[in-house]
Amino acid sequence: MTAADERKHAVSTTQPLTGRTTDRPAGENLLEVRGLHKHFPLRQGIIFQRRVGAVRAVDGIDFSVGPGESLGLVGESGCGKSTTGRLITRLLEPTGGSVVFDGEDITHQPAARMARARRNLQMIFQDPYSSLNPRHTVGTIIETPMRLGGVNPPQGHKKRAQELLETVGLNPEHYNRYPDEFSGGQRQRIGVARALALRPKLIVADEPVSALDVSIQAQVVNLLQDLQREFGIAFVFIAHDLAVVRHFSERVAVMYLGKIVEVADRESLYTRPRHPYTHALLSAVPEADPDAMRRRERIRLAGDVPSPIDPPSGCRFRTRCWKARDRCAAEEPPLLRADGSAAGHLTACHFPEEPSVRARAEDIVLDPALAGPEGKS
Amino acid sequence: MTTQHQPVDTGGGTAPPTEPPTQDSRPGGPVVAGRSPARMAWKRIRRDKVTTVALVATLLFIAVALLAPVLTSLTGWGPITPDNKAINPDTGNFPYGSLGGIGAEHLLGVEPGTGYDLFARVVYGLRTSLYVGFASAVLSTAVGVVAGLAAGYFGGWVDSLLSRVMDVMLAFPQLLFIIALTPVIQNALQTDSHGGTDENLRLLVLVLNIAVFAWAYTARLVRGQVLSLREREFVDAARLMSAGRRHILFRQLLPNLWAPVLISFALAVPQNITTEAALSYLGVGVIPPSPDWGALLSDASQFFLQDPMYLFVPGILLLLLVLALNLLGDGVRDALDPRARRG
Repeated sequence: MTAADERKHAVSTTQPLTGRTTDRPAGENLLEVRGLHKHFPLRQGIIFQRRVGAVRAVDGIDFSVGPGESLGLVGESGCGKSTTGRLITRLLEPTGGSVVFDGEDITHQPAARMARARRNLQMIFQDPYSSLNPRHTVGTIIETPMRLGGVNPPQGHKKRAQELLETVGLNPEHYNRYPDEFSGGQRQRIGVARALALRPKLIVADEPVSALDVSIQAQVVNLLQDLQREFGIAFVFIAHDLAVVRHFSERVAVMYLGKIVEVADRESLYTRPRHPYTHALLSAVPEADPDAMRRRERIRLAGDVPSPIDPPSGCRFRTRCWKARDRCAAEEPPLLRADGSAAGHLTACHFPEEPSVRARAEDIVLDPALAGPEGKS
Repeated sequence: MTTQHQPVDTGGGTAPPTEPPTQDSRPGGPVVAGRSPARMAWKRIRRDKVTTVALVATLLFIAVALLAPVLTSLTGWGPITPDNKAINPDTGNFPYGSLGGIGAEHLLGVEPGTGYDLFARVVYGLRTSLYVGFASAVLSTAVGVVAGLAAGYFGGWVDSLLSRVMDVMLAFPQLLFIIALTPVIQNALQTDSHGGTDENLRLLVLVLNIAVFAWAYTARLVRGQVLSLREREFVDAARLMSAGRRHILFRQLLPNLWAPVLISFALAVPQNITTEAALSYLGVGVIPPSPDWGALLSDASQFFLQDPMYLFVPGILLLLLVLALNLLGDGVRDALDPRARRG
């Protein structure tokens, strides 16, 4: 039993099993991720390459997704959220941990035996321009999963592809067109239709709207939401935009430097975040009303995310955290339910914020450079 | 794009429908033809006057080469039938007339010395040029595409090995190598022991020699393209569907390589024709008296002062052929990759 498992175990024994939380019995989960690691080796030398270190892109994360549930995965660039998505879909080979999908351990499943799982596990990609083959027609793009998966719908491939086009809000007559005749939003809809072609149980959406124009984003998110409701598809929704995730996901996990620092129900996470990092992220969400903006706390994090090659000891957020103490450097905080949190709200912090903390009287400015011109005025 | 058949297009309704609504306004499940990349390229070629002229000229050259026996039977003079009445033994067998014997009987004059009809020799020589040019380009492109795909897609030691081989091939002094080795290869392949050299075998040796040094250009080009293409997300999407290596290489990657491959092919043909002419000029190409432009030029250079037309005819034709093929290649490149348009 790994440390991660133990932690998990400890949590579930101390808490009642309620609703849609991580404490759902393991057998009921569509996707179970346990202690997942991905370390990219760093090599040096031209002929005789030696391993000089590793980029710890994903460093031991646990989460689960129930059938039809949508889990949001948020964090800054480089926190490992996209890598996580690629590990789940096995586009990348995990270096540790396990991925159980639909009751089947697919962590190191050989390619030939992945076919069955792949039918139920699809992905929507970030870049609608590179995710569609420019030399294939829309029809070919949507039919390819069916042909490769050996799926023969009763109405035939073409009819089914046209139905899918209609489902995602595109004109089925555009079946013979090429991707470069479509706008970014329409291309992303084609990508959605392709992901739907095999009627998957889980779709990993890797920043599906971040490459799109803001005016188009909501339309695509709404489409995904309709599909989730209509077909009962579970989602792992990866994004850096908290507003989009709040709109889409019932449960949200916050990642920082390859670790999940906080996971909770949408309501709990957005209204009563406990981890300082989540606070910082939420305070960065812009608000339309300038008065409300002024009243709100602002947390400006100093510097960059530390390098995942050599992450800080103990809590990884301590180098940028205003509450960091000696213990944070010595001891890595486990992902636990903090006192006063709702059920299923887990936080990896030794000194979590009080659940009552919503806004501070003063800004917390962590960057002295920013404090000079702005902070004191 | 018509709106009446369209379902509620809530998303990204800002598509640029540049195609006029031709077919899709028909009622009852009309078919919208996509603007396939090939069709768009063809349209661009047609719009480009220089390329159109080059294409017509190239097709004309090919037609003349294919119809060589018909054309020579019309004039009545074959490539190795001497016309002793057309040359003047008193002047050292130079043709009668001021323009190297050009006239109704011999459209492009006659060869000094032998009295061969120059039109027939040029027409048959064109066959050699085009055959060597195209055959070696087909061969080098095929080898180059396979090598480039393998190097780019598999990476690792396959890539290292193939890339080093390509570097070596590109660094080789091609002309010297071919001059030195053509007789050696010819002798090695020679099956009959007459000591004579078989013409077809020599052509084959020429094609092989040229292709051996040309494939590395295509391979390097394809490798670079594959390296960038394989990182695109549509390849990941195919892997998500449990696509095999073959599907990814030939269905996903190869269709994206047609443009650069076609361009490199189109530009390799005139290059190879020039190389072949140079080799024949230097005496390691086609064996006389087989008609060949390079050999004609070599021969004509001896009589330039006395009979300049003999040099001009094959020289100008070679220039026109290579120019037409090069302009066509440029046009194809512009049509397939409009972003890299010149001027």
